[in-house]
Amino acid sequence: MSLIKQDDTITVDTFMEGIWRENPVFVMMLGMCPTLAVTTSAINALGMGAATTFVLIASSLLVSLFRNLIPAGVRIATYIVIIATFVTLVDYIMQAYSQALYAAMGAFIQLIVVNCIILGRAEACASRNKPLKSMVNAAGMGLGFTLALLCLGGVREILGNGSLFGLPLFGEHFQPWVIMVLPAGGFLVLAGWLILFEWLKLRKQGRSQQVGGAVHEH
Amino acid sequence: MSQKPIVLHTAPHVKKPQDVPMIMRNVVYALLPIVAFAVYQFGISVLLLTIVVVLSCLGTERFFNWMSDKPSSLNDWSSTITGLLLALTLPPGFPLWMGAVAAFAGVAIAKVVFGGIGYNVFNPALAGRAFVQAAFPVAITTWTPAFFSGRFTEFVPSTLTSPLMMPPETAEWVKQVAVDGFSGATPLGMMKFQSISTPTADLLLGTVAGSAGETSALLILLCGAYLIARKMMNWQIPAWIFVGVIITSGVLYLINPDKYADPMFMLFSGGLMLGAMFMASDMVGSPLTPKGVMIYGLLIGFLTVLIRQFGSLSEGIMYAILLGNAMTPLIDTWTQPRLFGAQPKKGKSA
Amino acid sequence: MSGNTSTSMIVTLGFVTALSGFLIVTAYQTTKPAIEENKRLRIQQTVLEVIKGATAYKPFVITANGDLLEATPDLKGTNVYAGYDAQGKLMGLAAEGRAQGYSGSVETIYAYSPACECITGVKVIKQTETPGLGDKVITNKDFVANFEKLDAKLDAAGKALANAIVTVKHGSKKNPWEVDAISGATISSRAIAKGLNGSAQEVLPKVVPLLSTIEGAKP
Repeated sequence: MSLIKQDDTITVDTFMEGIWRENPVFVMMLGMCPTLAVTTSAINALGMGAATTFVLIASSLLVSLFRNLIPAGVRIATYIVIIATFVTLVDYIMQAYSQALYAAMGAFIQLIVVNCIILGRAEACASRNKPLKSMVNAAGMGLGFTLALLCLGGVREILGNGSLFGLPLFGEHFQPWVIMVLPAGGFLVLAGWLILFEWLKLRKQGRSQQVGGAVHEH
Repeated sequence: MSQKPIVLHTAPHVKKPQDVPMIMRNVVYALLPIVAFAVYQFGISVLLLTIVVVLSCLGTERFFNWMSDKPSSLNDWSSTITGLLLALTLPPGFPLWMGAVAAFAGVAIAKVVFGGIGYNVFNPALAGRAFVQAAFPVAITTWTPAFFSGRFTEFVPSTLTSPLMMPPETAEWVKQVAVDGFSGATPLGMMKFQSISTPTADLLLGTVAGSAGETSALLILLCGAYLIARKMMNWQIPAWIFVGVIITSGVLYLINPDKYADPMFMLFSGGLMLGAMFMASDMVGSPLTPKGVMIYGLLIGFLTVLIRQFGSLSEGIMYAILLGNAMTPLIDTWTQPRLFGAQPKKGKSA
Repeated sequence: MSGNTSTSMIVTLGFVTALSGFLIVTAYQTTKPAIEENKRLRIQQTVLEVIKGATAYKPFVITANGDLLEATPDLKGTNVYAGYDAQGKLMGLAAEGRAQGYSGSVETIYAYSPACECITGVKVIKQTETPGLGDKVITNKDFVANFEKLDAKLDAAGKALANAIVTVKHGSKKNPWEVDAISGATISSRAIAKGLNGSAQEVLPKVVPLLSTIEGAKP
């Protein structure tokens, strides 16, 4: 872990780590439930990502502010209360803002409470760092999560509905791939992205090995 | 006269090398008559569909070879077989681009990611078909009549749909070319939704609607018999599937002959024959022991009838075989023979 | 750690809970009008769309003991909406139907016209049917036409429908109370008719005797 206690310097990596190196979805494989369930369209993915990011940043701030006051014995309970509060806020705000989006998210807004990304950030980062650094890190994680959801939601919406963010791409004769909006489609698209990233990583490694004159191993 | 020296060997005595590419090549030979009949029956649409699907399978396999830095594995013929089988299970007027999608999905999801030939849990052809069944539920249940007159000169209109687009309605076109009131339903569909049975002779000879290569039960039996005769296929697998189908549908038929189809109809209709002969018997996805093969075959037969009679689909062999594939590792564990002389575990006899 | 005593645990949790309660109540108070307005707009849009010719509507509630009352926020029961035209004439009633479909419950709002004693329109408000097959119940024109004039007369005693609304196999509709199913989407078609039948059997016997009251209650 790069986050050593008492290291208060905020680097680019504090923010970027959540987006690429420790992406919550593609690297840490956390929060799979909303990742698979609400990414049937890009709009839903964006809504879910934004809601989670808000909860992530706000709860990180609060946890970090109180980090020296919270006794270790009740810290998880306290984190959950804090997280649940912000989830409830998001729930009300979303209902007030758009009923359609709220209906599409269903129970998954309330389920942000148990999204392990948020509890993980509270435990691993916010409880050991100053508020600003925690928030920067949380924002990076939230953005990484949102981008990952958009990767899934975009592909699923393009193939499953022929549109992106509700805008038709292929005209009215497009044949939707029904499987993409079914649960199976979520798993397949996630697997596709993981294969792609793993392959890119291996290729990069292979190239650096060849440069170093190392023997290519299997 | 010089006497040949007598050479003594210990077992095993290998008489003839029988390797994977050779078996696979023979499966291709066995499939070719079925493909030829499908082309004769449904015309150039099926020919083009088969070519596209086979090439897509080969292309997908090659693409993943390249991605994983491995030498080409096309020369073991297994992807060719996947392509041929997949094409035979698709409706004759299936859009070509969807056929290519099915081929890609089948090879990529069911074969390559598991590690290629020998490691695949599921039959790739069926996995590809299951993918398009879920993705394009309308196109995969749109049937066109067999033996229509212009089949060697014109394509079924839906065949040449441009990629990503919806196939055109074929109902009008079918009315023009169909000889006698073709209803657009397969024998199984007619049975399920209208309780109309089809004569067994038609099912055997293939003068009915259906997927490109599933219609003539007799031809499939003959081609399967070739492989059995050359000892390249375990005849027990299709045999047990037939037994499973006959028992299950027989019991149902005895309970209520008006509601449930008779065993003969069940046996010769739909994709059962093709699935049992060429897909369930896939060496990788089926159990190893005779007892395991029995459980596997009976299970597939039972599930097929169950899905056909009580499911919302009219055909059940595809999911039955995929479920059988999924059960195979478990069946293999159950039915491991005891080592000679080994003690039975905890007082239980094997 | 000195802060690990039960007192400090209770104090911390109590403080955090109080803070969270404060935040939630504030948010609830602030967003409540907007949320209710949103819900009302959604219902209004659907009701006015499904009752043909209606330009205004009034919500009613059938309570547990069978009374028909004008809706207030705390009244619980079966919702019925009355639609009126510009002159205040009662154009029809709308109620909610719900039944199990192929993959989840299918919820509808349907319109009942007292003039023809029939159902004059159905709108699906929530469904999770297979896209491309089950959702034909919304897009298939022949199927939707079933509900342009679907018989829903009450029997002589006025306690139930004279003929239950039933789904029949595609192409075999003979009577005005039958729904012609979509071939290939029978289960989804059946869910719509079942939801209609269940709701109409319950709501119409209670509402039809009170039509004049409802007409008089125009907004």
